[in-house]
Amino acid sequence: MTMTFDDLLPLMPLLIVTATSVLAMLMIGVRRSYIVTASITITGLLAATLVAISMMDSTNQQITPLLIIDQYSLLFTVLVCASAMLIAILSFSYFFELDDHKEEFFLLLTIATIGAIVMVSSNHFVSTVLGLETLSMSLYGMIAYPMHSKQSAKYPLEASVKYLVLSAAASGFILFGMALIYAQTGTLSFASLTDLPMAADSLGDRYSIIALLMITAGMAFKLSLAPFHMWTPDVYEGSPIPATAYLATIGKAAMFVVLLRFIRVSDALSFDSMVMALTLVAAASMLVGNLLALLQDNLKRILAYSSIAHMGYLLLALVASHYATGTLAVEAVTFYLIAYVITSLGAFGVASVISSSEKEFDSIKDYRGLFWRNPWLASIFIAMLLSLAGIPLTVGFIGKFYIFLAGVESDLWMLLAVLVLGSGIGLYYYLRIVYRMLMTEKHKIPYRVGGVESVSAYGVLAILLFLLLLFGVYPAPIMSLVAAASAFI
Amino acid sequence: MILVVLISILFFGGVLAWLSEGLDSKFPRVIALTAVVIDLLVMLTLLGADAGDSGWIVQLNAQWMPRFGISFHLAADGLSVLMMLLTAFLGAVAIGSAWDEITEKTGFFYFNLLWTLAGVIGVFTALDLFLFFFFWEVMLIPMYFIIAIWGHENKNYAAMKFFIFTQVTGMLMLISILALAYFHYVQFGWFSFDYVDLLKVNTSSAIEMWIMLGFFVAFSTKLPSFPFHSWLPDAHSQAPTAGSVILAGVLLKTGAYGLIRFAIPLFPEASMTFAPFAMTLAVISILYCAKVAFAQTDIKRLIAYTSVSHMGFVLLGIYAWNEQALQGAVMTMLAHGLSAAALFMLAGGLQHRIHTRDMDHMGGFWAKVPRLSFVALFFSVAALGMPGLGNFVGEFLALLGAFKANIGLTVAAAFGLIFASVYSLWVIQKVFHGAYRNSDFDDSHLADLSRREMFYFGAMMIGLIWMGMYPQSFLDLSAGTITQLLNETGQVLFAVGQ
Repeated sequence: MTMTFDDLLPLMPLLIVTATSVLAMLMIGVRRSYIVTASITITGLLAATLVAISMMDSTNQQITPLLIIDQYSLLFTVLVCASAMLIAILSFSYFFELDDHKEEFFLLLTIATIGAIVMVSSNHFVSTVLGLETLSMSLYGMIAYPMHSKQSAKYPLEASVKYLVLSAAASGFILFGMALIYAQTGTLSFASLTDLPMAADSLGDRYSIIALLMITAGMAFKLSLAPFHMWTPDVYEGSPIPATAYLATIGKAAMFVVLLRFIRVSDALSFDSMVMALTLVAAASMLVGNLLALLQDNLKRILAYSSIAHMGYLLLALVASHYATGTLAVEAVTFYLIAYVITSLGAFGVASVISSSEKEFDSIKDYRGLFWRNPWLASIFIAMLLSLAGIPLTVGFIGKFYIFLAGVESDLWMLLAVLVLGSGIGLYYYLRIVYRMLMTEKHKIPYRVGGVESVSAYGVLAILLFLLLLFGVYPAPIMSLVAAASAFI
Repeated sequence: MILVVLISILFFGGVLAWLSEGLDSKFPRVIALTAVVIDLLVMLTLLGADAGDSGWIVQLNAQWMPRFGISFHLAADGLSVLMMLLTAFLGAVAIGSAWDEITEKTGFFYFNLLWTLAGVIGVFTALDLFLFFFFWEVMLIPMYFIIAIWGHENKNYAAMKFFIFTQVTGMLMLISILALAYFHYVQFGWFSFDYVDLLKVNTSSAIEMWIMLGFFVAFSTKLPSFPFHSWLPDAHSQAPTAGSVILAGVLLKTGAYGLIRFAIPLFPEASMTFAPFAMTLAVISILYCAKVAFAQTDIKRLIAYTSVSHMGFVLLGIYAWNEQALQGAVMTMLAHGLSAAALFMLAGGLQHRIHTRDMDHMGGFWAKVPRLSFVALFFSVAALGMPGLGNFVGEFLALLGAFKANIGLTVAAAFGLIFASVYSLWVIQKVFHGAYRNSDFDDSHLADLSRREMFYFGAMMIGLIWMGMYPQSFLDLSAGTITQLLNETGQVLFAVGQ
């Protein structure tokens, strides 16, 4: 198959980000300048975002068997590029004081974004693996980035190696599952799975179930769904905050889009054992995530466990999509992912603003009295936490509303009961952080007093707060956008 | 439109109050009071208006989230107007009680107070169930802040418990709302969360029961009724006075309002099947919480338990579901709103003066603070149901109506009136009579009621006497609503009976 120029046009966002990475790399080679590298990265990602937005209405094209560029993949391309841009701005102030080469972080971030764009556009196993590995490889570097920093008390190298080893094992699972499917169908496209033998007790059927379960398990690892969640809190805690934010938002969202497309296109849920497996994983994630978060005193660990629970909520909607007739459940997944990315980015953003690569403030003790000392920052953080808890006026509530509606539509009463229980437990640890901020300060905590470099980081938080309230109070426009995009899945 | 104005005055007044703190820490309270008084005056203009054919005095319906047929639908009828008047009146009183008590972070305090009131008015006027749930939750967060920031020694625990109880049961209600909207979708082919549309949904009786229970649990937690009442004593004893006033006077009434407006009319069959259980829970609340109140030494906890006990009469009246019982329930809501708020203000005032809530340390205050003691006696007597005051009218009507529905339970509930006399008079005896002793506290700040305090206690007394002497002026307002609700459910029940 040959590619024509027409095929390149829909790939514009991907090409822009790729060009950005090359440009950034050359720039570092010519002359090291932190601010120039950062500007190139941010501008490139912004351009990719805008181009993707402009293409959204008109593009629906399969580019080679590997990539599908439709409204859905473009919606997530926008989400990925915009989030990457915001994380880049946060990183700029976070790494400002690092006494090591700082420019390459942006390079890694851009390359990871290439991987994420490929993932959200993929409907073929080859592009899935390529995207996934591009993303993961860059993340290993991002996580370990401040390893030479002298004062940093955390263990970035440990986190990185842990993620590397376990993530490679998970990739192994995914690859083996793909191999089993290839052995039966002879192709690697998601759509080919519908040809899998379905007779109840043929040998082929057993192979397919094993293959599907292995792929799902590998993806569940990357999404940190219970019982594949063990790595999450350690990696979150050890990583520098921008890398954690990247892993938690873009890393998860891109993987979930792949899982969604894979499950929907392959119709994998027509196997009862797959439904059973996903139901159990969803219930376990909601409970494990929320229960274990109760025991934590570290903000990043709390957010890690809470992300496990949130992935469980998303999985509920994914299971619901099998029973539902319309696109409601897919919309629920889509909207919730958007809500989750905005909210998590905001929560990590607050931590990032008061921290730097030399000193992170990630114990919840550090947030004591923040509301009285820096009311705006604390208000943003409270809004983000309430959104994670699903309280009205925030986008998180609308997301919860979608998930509940999808569950009700598909009669998933048991999972809904677990969701209510889990959210109830969740309130406790979110409110615990809120309460810390409302307490009066005992002694001054030496937050970083940001200079000019953190002005832009505050701007990022303001944007996120605006989106959180806008989508929470007047979600009609984004709802219709999500509904239109979900029709493509 | 007027309803949007009412809510936005409070919303923006709150923001303005918060911002004005930067100029002077005394500005927020003035702004807050102005906003609430303006609201109250605007509400009074609704009083003379005629309901017309639709049954709604004012109505506003705008699209909000068309994807799910969710609209911004606000409307008020006589019942809503009564509840809104109570809200604004007690809001003003609460600001009065916080006037000198809240000295730290005043801007944020009045911001939260006004936002709670805005949420409550939203609850009393929302006719779209999504919007209703939205306001239902919106009023919780500021209340959480009020307890968590300005509360007393154990505020974190109390605020957390309050929030988790109401939020988790709220989620059950959300599931019920969604299930109802989904059945509307199945039946008519489009989503709607509108009250008027959802009234038309037919569901099988087993499902109807489950959905109804989701609403019931949420509302009876807020009411509160046994067995979901345990958050209330903690929240009340830890909240600052103004918080207790809003909580007891207004927030509890949203639960009762929800039962009258939504739980029963939406599910008449299931509700009537469930009525004996609900009435039993009401009687347990009345008797058990009266007994528990008697065992308290913390004066605020005691009043909190008596609140649960009195709200039992409301629950009893609502599930008797006839005109007298409903009128009684509404009247009890209003009268209890005033009397409980006043009692919490007295308890808060005492705590502010002597820094303890422990009744074992109190005694013989009548000689020292005669005005305060007289006011306390007045409101205790009102709460125990003295004829001539509002509470008597309400509880009497509720029992009268309930007698038609279930004689045995009504007889048991009537004992609550006797228990109420026992604990009320016991408190008066213990705190205000006997020998004065100040060995356990510093009485240097034990002053009698100031002119400002006399003013708002006086206003509440006039309210209670008015309700007791000429209840017709209130009954007339709610009568239209109640007749209409009874007619609608009566038709459904009649059709089932056929």
